[in-house]
Amino acid sequence: MLEVKDLHVTVEGSEILKGLNLTVNPGEVHALMGPNGAGKSTLSAVIAGKDGYEVTSGEILFEGKNLLEMEIEERALAGILLGFQYPVEIPGVKNIYLLKAALNAQRVARGEEEIPAPEFMKLVREQLSFMKMDGSFLQRAVNEGFSGGEKKRNEILQMLVLQPKLAMLDEIDSGLDIDAMKVVAEGINSLRNADRAILMVTHYQRLLEHIVPDRVHVLVDGRIVKSGDKDLANELEARGYEWVLEESAA
Amino acid sequence: MSAAHAFLQRLGERADDEPTWVAARRQAGAARFEALGFPTKRDEAWKYTDVRRIAEGEFTLADDAELDEARFAALGMPLDAHRLVFVDGVFSAALSDLTDLPDGVSVEPLTTAMRTNHEAIGGAIGRLAGVDFSPFTALNVALSEEGAVVRIGQGVVVEKPIYVVFASRANESARMSHPRVLVMAGARSQSTVIEHYAGEAGAANFTNVVSEVMLERGAIVDHYKLQEASSEDLHVASIHIEQGRDSRFTSFNLNLGGALVRTDLVTDLNAQGAETNYNGLFFVQGRQHVDNHTLVNHNAPNTFSNENYKGILNDRARGVFNGKVIVKRDSQQIEAYQNNANLLLSDRAEIDTKPELEIYADDVKCSHGATTGQLDEEAVFALRTRGIDEQMARGLLTLAFAGEVMDQVRLPVIAERVERAVAGKLPERFNLADLVEVSDALEEA
Repeated sequence: MLEVKDLHVTVEGSEILKGLNLTVNPGEVHALMGPNGAGKSTLSAVIAGKDGYEVTSGEILFEGKNLLEMEIEERALAGILLGFQYPVEIPGVKNIYLLKAALNAQRVARGEEEIPAPEFMKLVREQLSFMKMDGSFLQRAVNEGFSGGEKKRNEILQMLVLQPKLAMLDEIDSGLDIDAMKVVAEGINSLRNADRAILMVTHYQRLLEHIVPDRVHVLVDGRIVKSGDKDLANELEARGYEWVLEESAA
Repeated sequence: MSAAHAFLQRLGERADDEPTWVAARRQAGAARFEALGFPTKRDEAWKYTDVRRIAEGEFTLADDAELDEARFAALGMPLDAHRLVFVDGVFSAALSDLTDLPDGVSVEPLTTAMRTNHEAIGGAIGRLAGVDFSPFTALNVALSEEGAVVRIGQGVVVEKPIYVVFASRANESARMSHPRVLVMAGARSQSTVIEHYAGEAGAANFTNVVSEVMLERGAIVDHYKLQEASSEDLHVASIHIEQGRDSRFTSFNLNLGGALVRTDLVTDLNAQGAETNYNGLFFVQGRQHVDNHTLVNHNAPNTFSNENYKGILNDRARGVFNGKVIVKRDSQQIEAYQNNANLLLSDRAEIDTKPELEIYADDVKCSHGATTGQLDEEAVFALRTRGIDEQMARGLLTLAFAGEVMDQVRLPVIAERVERAVAGKLPERFNLADLVEVSDALEEA
């Protein structure tokens, strides 16, 4: 589904990703771990199409298509959705407007009719209650005045409504207490199926107790230096990153 | 011949059977205007607004109000209201609807009101806005003839809005009009008055209106000025408000059209408990120019003013905001808040904004702020990552910016009209109707 090949990315003149390779297949859950400054968030930002990231070489294919030639919204319409580490507050734009506009953009792109309002409301209300969110959320401006936990739930709510093929979650666990973490993890787990891939960027192993990954990658200094199964995450939790650094230097 | 003198040539076209005192007032206006001349950029109050397009224009006074139903329907709003219509300044009985006015309320064209009640009307008109306020008010006094007079008796609550339409036609030659609006709100009365300036595409007329609103003790007035003139129309307005004890005035100054638009809004808070609220929104594009000058005089203790003006500027449009609050020496324990925020959608658009506070009392709560910026690119990006295309994303964010003012609008027809106008001015398609429908569905659920 997603193939990242020898990706080099510079930000403001300094190279952050230095030849990153990653393949994610449908049905898989990948966790990308690593110390601060390793380039974890850079990868998801480049995949989403954020400004300020210059790809100097390498390529990213999504379902065989060159992702780097696609507009930001085209990537979303192709099925890629990024859950932000710091969701942006958008004063004046109601959640309900965002959800409806986004869902209809998808449907129109697929050549379908726009969703009728009653059907849309039913869908949104179901997902809302699954995320243990109050109905008043819909009439509030996107993320405005939301607590950290509410913002993260809102990101997952958008995923549940928009049903992406590839869900990228950038440090979705940061700033969550244990109860919020459970709700968010349940939301993410409910997204797991044979056709969908999930790529999680995280600092901590804690999230991975709730969402068990198929593959764990360690990103150090712009490259994936070690990959393994869920046990690698446990090992990182127990031993830190030092040993990986030494191993990769050797 | 000076530009001012050329305008005054039109004086001869006014009726010669006017009462002596009306003719005398006209002469006073003419003399004052001729002495002042058109303002130039050297005048502080007109520093950013060049009126040469008006001064150098050739305008005649209209003498008919012909406008068929279909053309009118394209301009007016479908409001359940008491309606008074003027076409290029001339009263149209055919388009007006004053059939079910409640007791204690009168809504009349100025000429009728002067004929039937000239003492009350003649005494009130010009009391707040005489010849000295600006050259344009002087010109208005010289050339005005028609307008709207609204009188609301003590304690009367007027359920339906009073809707005054000033239609500007696409004429073969440019017309000018100098209407007056006079609203006298009796003690404890409640009313909504709408001044709607609507222009046909291609209209290139000059409107120079003066409005006066007088609120007696405890009166509540919601005042809307919705200006949707054509992109060639020239529009100068001054609105003067006088408030008695415990009265509440709320202004919505909504400017969407016009080539050159200047509005002065002046409130005198003359007794304790009086409160004035200024809400302003303008959206300009192309080479449109909109100038809002507002002034609140806190002439008494325990008075309140709250101002929120927002501007959206695209292309090479220019905006001016000058908001002044004056607190007199003995006006203690007043509150005055002012905010002006502007959104520049193009880097060639320009806004000049100047809040001014003059405070001569020491026990007051005042604040003011002005911001100018572009759309939040982080928010544009966030919306696009959800599959919303860039135009739509920018449209949503622009509407959201206007929303803070529009949320205060209590008449849904106006709120929706302005939202649609703002959305329609955004580049490319924008399916606002669809979004409104969702919100409605939500309300019903």
